[in-house]
Amino acid sequence: MPFEVSDLSADVDAAAGEYADKEYLWTLNFGPQHPATHTTLRLILTLDGEKVVKAVPDIGYLHSGFEKLAEDLDYNQYVTIVDRMNYLSPLANEIAWHHAVEKLLGIEITPRCKYVRTIIAELMRLHDHLLNTGTSALDLGAFTAFLYFFQQRELIYDISECASGQRFHSSYTRVGGVLFDVTNEWVEKVRSFCRGFRAVHTEVDGLLTRNRIFIDRTKGVGVLSKEDAINFSCTGPVARASGVVRDLRKDEPYLAYPDLDFKVICTTGGDCYARYLVRMHEMLESIKLIEQAVENIPSGPINVDPEGKAVLPNKSNVYQSIEGLIHHFEVIMPNRGFATPTESIYAATESPNGELGFYITADSSSKPYRARCRPPSYIHFAVFPHIIPGHMLSDVVAVLGSLNIIAAELDR
Amino acid sequence: MTEIQHSAVLLLSEQFGFDASAWSRNRDNVRVRVDSERVFEVLKCLKTLGGFDMLVDITGVDELEYPNATDRFRVVYCLLNTSTGERLIVLTYVNDPQPTLPSAYPLWKGADWMEREVFDMFGITFTGHPDLRRILMPEEFTEYPLRKDYPLRGRGERHNFPVITRAES
Amino acid sequence: MAVGLPENVFMTTVNAAASWCRKNSLWPMPFATACCGIELMATASSRYDLARFGAEVMRFSPRQCDLMIVAGRVVMKMMPVLQRIWLQMPEPKWCISMGACACSGGVFDTYAVVQGVDRFIPVDMYVPGCPPRPEQLIQAIMDLQNKIQQTGTLNGTEFDTRTQPTGPQPFDREEMWRIEDAALQSKVGGFGV
Ligand code: SF4
Repeated sequence: MPFEVSDLSADVDAAAGEYADKEYLWTLNFGPQHPATHTTLRLILTLDGEKVVKAVPDIGYLHSGFEKLAEDLDYNQYVTIVDRMNYLSPLANEIAWHHAVEKLLGIEITPRCKYVRTIIAELMRLHDHLLNTGTSALDLGAFTAFLYFFQQRELIYDISECASGQRFHSSYTRVGGVLFDVTNEWVEKVRSFCRGFRAVHTEVDGLLTRNRIFIDRTKGVGVLSKEDAINFSCTGPVARASGVVRDLRKDEPYLAYPDLDFKVICTTGGDCYARYLVRMHEMLESIKLIEQAVENIPSGPINVDPEGKAVLPNKSNVYQSIEGLIHHFEVIMPNRGFATPTESIYAATESPNGELGFYITADSSSKPYRARCRPPSYIHFAVFPHIIPGHMLSDVVAVLGSLNIIAAELDR
Repeated sequence: MTEIQHSAVLLLSEQFGFDASAWSRNRDNVRVRVDSERVFEVLKCLKTLGGFDMLVDITGVDELEYPNATDRFRVVYCLLNTSTGERLIVLTYVNDPQPTLPSAYPLWKGADWMEREVFDMFGITFTGHPDLRRILMPEEFTEYPLRKDYPLRGRGERHNFPVITRAES
Repeated sequence: MAVGLPENVFMTTVNAAASWCRKNSLWPMPFATACCGIELMATASSRYDLARFGAEVMRFSPRQCDLMIVAGRVVMKMMPVLQRIWLQMPEPKWCISMGACACSGGVFDTYAVVQGVDRFIPVDMYVPGCPPRPEQLIQAIMDLQNKIQQTGTLNGTEFDTRTQPTGPQPFDREEMWRIEDAALQSKVGGFGV
């Protein structure tokens, strides 16, 4: 049976049926194509006047089979797909994926690679928080902050373009290293970005943080208590804004984080304003981290020694020597590849949005048998129907914006 | 097998008599294998007595083609103790036909959507779940896409729409 | 009149004037579903500034738009929505399919993703890339403006002649089942579509 346009109304009827006796309630269909969702999700809101009585989310409008696709691609190829998962911070997903793969294979990456990946991970945190604060302010009517922040995002695009050649979906990491080593030009770009960023941050801070309208729209809206945050499995800025002191960068240190000095930002408000504040302050911590890391990048090789046959050899080796070429083929040919243990592993990193984990089941071939992603957006969106009742219709966009729902990660 | 250092080892052996054969580890992942009938009690015990207050993830694996597999579906619960930072993975296995598990929703509200996703993708039903419907796939979809016997490119559902031409629109 | 006018001279001038007006005030309806939508945002914001081409008035109501930009992959659940929105847009209307996913499914050759929106709705301009750079999108809009200028008519008769969708025809469903099952049986990765 073809999926017809008319089934859209089925859920609306079901939602209305429950409140059939209360005739003054009415039902509003929000999405799936609505500017304030930024993405494709749908809410069926039951309203009493302007007050939301009940919200039923309906997702899956961007479900594209990421996890099924993992079973068809090998550990290096799949990085192109995880890129597209949380598209506000593509490289953070790659780092999480290869973190998990390297844990599965027991590869310890080189110090230089650790630092480069740390810098990239923090740039991606900025990338995400910039767009998120910008657009959630945009939804509340403040267009300027969005344009200011988007300009900074363009600079980060330039940095990732300089490292990998693609500005958006860079597919930069590889098992045991990265695609290309970074150059001095890249380092210089990162430095100049850091120099300029604080001024813009201060400016937007001045525009929003003490802005009467912004505070009225966000303070006390969408409050999530600490117990609920834990019970609903929230992580990342959403949990930290509710007072859960948890950050995988500190609690389960990975990459170069143990060497660097930074604070975990927490507040106890639990509302949209608290989440905004956490994001704003995390940006400053990130820039601090980048400044430290970029001055201390160790020298030495960036990829681990490819002897272990799991790591791709150096590109110049591949082009100039027959051994390198053979080795390259050995790793990437579909009938060769590298051996993996018949084991499963769960490994997580602190992505901008929260704990981004991968549960990989390997069956000794070069493709994952199953790669499950623990998507923070999905888990945070499950909270939404519980915190929205009682709020005004216009608060829906404020809460959606502050939870930072990204459809591709939500639906995968 | 090396001795596993984990706070839940003692707890579960006291409460349920789990011996070393139930436990395994891979790097820092500590795993315990539980029968599907007892999984709810074990999770409840882990939450109330063991302090595992966060359910990080629930997922499934279809072991149809997995080497040396004995059961069809593996269901994985990743737990976390937010005060100590300790993690534990609870594994349980269910089989065709009618793979069924008790829902963890009464313990963690976060289990709501995770179980719905496992149901949607693998067709494992969770008894006691308040609202077990498909979540990602359309309601009228009849198959379970992440099962190994469902092809990657589907069975043609993606080509099944009316065509709108220029002249019609 | 002493000098005989060639036939249609008046009409072509009116057509040209109408097309000129239309092409310089395209109002896009950003049907942004995925990553390409972020690039669409980038195109509209400060560095690339789509406003230079008169196409910056993003309207989210289909009734007010005449250019649909499908940015991102469209999946099974979304296709009916896309079609409904397309039907709601008033004539004359054009469609840009932005990004590999919207054009052909891109990297997502899976059970859920529609392999090219042009199978089910008419598309005027294809923008390759994953995601296309903002320059590419701007180029596509300029090309579309050219196309409107060259082929546009006052009453939109140019649309009447296109009775077929421009993309490849969808496979027969039974056929699909057969091929996919055969592929599954023989464990050869599948044939693509
Ligand atoms: S073409 Fe690429 S960037 Fe665009 S939606 Fe598809 S995957 Fe995302």
